[in-house]
Amino acid sequence: MRPRVGAIVACATAATLLLAGCVSGKKTKTDPTKNTSAKNVSLTISANDIVGGKNAAEADWITKDVIPGFVAMEKAKGVTAKVSFVGAGVDDEKYKTKLELNLRTGKASDVFAADGIWLGELATAGYVKPLSQVVGNAATSWDGWAQISNTVQQNLTYQGQLYGVPNGTDGRVIYFNKKLFAQAGLPADWQPKSWDDILAAGQKLKKVSGVNPIQIDAGTPMGEATTAQGFLPLLAGTGQPLFDATSKKWQGATPQVTAVLDFYRKIYQGGLGDPKLQQDQAGRDQSFAEFSKGKIGMLVEGDYFWRSIICPDKSTTACNTTAMPDRNTTVGYALIPAEKPGSGVNGQDFVSVSGGTGWYLSPDTKYPQQAWELLSYMGSLAAQTQLSKAQVRISARDDVNKTTLGNDPLLTFIADKVLPITVYRPSDENYVAVSVAIQQATADVVAGKSPASAAKTYQNSLEKAVGGSAHVQTG
Amino acid sequence: MAAPPTSRPVEAAAVVTRPREDSDVAGLGRWRAGAFAAPALVLVAIFLVFPALWTLYLGLLDYSLGGTTAQSPQYVGLRNFSDALSDPLFTKALYLTLLYVGFSAVLGQNILGFLLAWYFRTAPGWVRVIVNVLVLLAWILPGSVVAFLWQALLDRNNGTLNEILHTTGTAWTIDHPMIVIIIFNIWRGTAFSMLLYSAALSTVPSSHLEVARLAGARPWQQLRDVVLPTIRRHVLTNTLLITLWTFNDFTPFLITGGGPDNESQTLPVFIYKTALLGKQQLGYGSAFSLLLLVANLIIAVIYIRFLRGSKR
Repeated sequence: MRPRVGAIVACATAATLLLAGCVSGKKTKTDPTKNTSAKNVSLTISANDIVGGKNAAEADWITKDVIPGFVAMEKAKGVTAKVSFVGAGVDDEKYKTKLELNLRTGKASDVFAADGIWLGELATAGYVKPLSQVVGNAATSWDGWAQISNTVQQNLTYQGQLYGVPNGTDGRVIYFNKKLFAQAGLPADWQPKSWDDILAAGQKLKKVSGVNPIQIDAGTPMGEATTAQGFLPLLAGTGQPLFDATSKKWQGATPQVTAVLDFYRKIYQGGLGDPKLQQDQAGRDQSFAEFSKGKIGMLVEGDYFWRSIICPDKSTTACNTTAMPDRNTTVGYALIPAEKPGSGVNGQDFVSVSGGTGWYLSPDTKYPQQAWELLSYMGSLAAQTQLSKAQVRISARDDVNKTTLGNDPLLTFIADKVLPITVYRPSDENYVAVSVAIQQATADVVAGKSPASAAKTYQNSLEKAVGGSAHVQTG
Repeated sequence: MAAPPTSRPVEAAAVVTRPREDSDVAGLGRWRAGAFAAPALVLVAIFLVFPALWTLYLGLLDYSLGGTTAQSPQYVGLRNFSDALSDPLFTKALYLTLLYVGFSAVLGQNILGFLLAWYFRTAPGWVRVIVNVLVLLAWILPGSVVAFLWQALLDRNNGTLNEILHTTGTAWTIDHPMIVIIIFNIWRGTAFSMLLYSAALSTVPSSHLEVARLAGARPWQQLRDVVLPTIRRHVLTNTLLITLWTFNDFTPFLITGGGPDNESQTLPVFIYKTALLGKQQLGYGSAFSLLLLVANLIIAVIYIRFLRGSKR
């Protein structure tokens, strides 16, 4: 029997090695002229939005405005278009995994939403292609680009090439509950000037019973929110960018990184924040719920929080249980201070972090031109104005912002005060892996480790993530 | 499992009725027998052998779901495996998996399943039906539904358990993650052991028990000296099955997500997180998968040895 078993193993191994050629990169040939004159077109849109759930306002916009509008537009040209929406309501990280698996197998929706920070990873994997290749002239000569500022276009640009149409941008601020602040003897127009001011306010809030003073996202379950809403604005406040574009080096266990982790220590090991909330699988949602119930003193978030979580209108499905009918009077907002006045990036007193999602085209789409028509329709003045009616946000388009932002005090504040001082995250393919290392470092501090040891572990994982210590700055 | 063909005189004597040389009991001949077995062998090759070898192959690559290594995977030899074996998270996951399997399956489900079968075997029919239905419900409900119910039970702020115990604010899944998933798995999986032991106990001849009782054996003596020797093989089979299932069980992820801080990260959860979340290292994750497969094989081999031993 022995030799036969050996033969089977040998055959199977040979078969595996023959099939081994299957594991190679995805190579898609784009052909912008494919099916240009098709009379029956079917397209799909996917996003991490779902009617009645996550980002419900956007899901409503897609299903009630975009799709009927686009279908009517095509009908006028004699084309029968069938457009369907594939919704999702999961953590962004899981949405990304699903998206990448779909793109890898060539089954992704023709038009899909993805965060700008994923672009490096998607582009280097060959999952997305520049608009100039997928669509060609129609996309590069679109009249909409004139309305989209360079900074916002950067979010969907990788190595000088545009990959999609930006959906807008955002900015992070500190939200605080004015009622709790009044009980703690803090002013309603509070504006901290240093990290110490935040901690001092936290100490006062701690004396109000049943209040969790400070929520700055930390730990791995919060995912990218930990990096974008917590670690990075703090790091910007020490004067160091995460990634130095000129030296191509990432911040390792520098004194600045340790200082940020020490600030986390003061909050989560000093009783100014709730460590368990950072470890809870649904911690971010719970922090939202607690804030809306008046149990959290201050919380760092983007404008997403203001418009999609604590919006005052309970009747819309957008905010559901976390709606705050008294938002406009109860919730205040302040700029995120640098560690000390003037210690922020570019010598700034205040800092913020911005990003932006956008709409991309699948390079595997059967109808590149029609998919682009749908995409550009979504980015048109008419469609973006409709979106702003459902929910005011910082649109990618200046012409839309001019007429809509004035309707909302916070968005005006972000457009006027935050966007000029903000920093954007690097669109490097290693960013996501670096972000995971950052989340783990904050998780270590929340779990009780010292900032120095957390920084050391961070340095090690960072070196693994970016390919060696040559790409890491330690000084 | 048939005993291997061997020249040991004891075994040869035990099968005197069937000549040892005649392996063709059905009289089909080698080729026709092969043809009958072929469909099954093809299925095994496609769905078991090939994926295992494929996993081995992927484990030799620096290969991820996103980024440059998705576009052009690099052959890195055994580096993933050597990295894996020195990865403290792997050691921790292995340790937690052994805890999880040992306490929830080998001890928990086995003992509870046996006790339920033992105590209710003489109960009135309707009691047995109710107990069976309750225990089975935990087993047949879909994992996602059950996980949601347990989240509602253990929720920190509005959980049922905290309401009952008046311990609002206790975060069970964060303070005691391993205990939670062990208790969960005992609750979830006991039904199988209970059913198997109910069937096994019915094979114990009542005359043997009767004799033992007449001889003055107490219940636990009957259990030890009559029941357990009779159902020994059932115990081993049951333990083998639930050990392997629990080893590969992913449901804990739905309750604790492997957290907090990897404190309940068993191997399947660890593999999922390595291969598909965060850095999405498919190659490195495959290396762990293969190690999990090897661990499964070792367990299976040990049990099969036990089974053979118990036959003699």
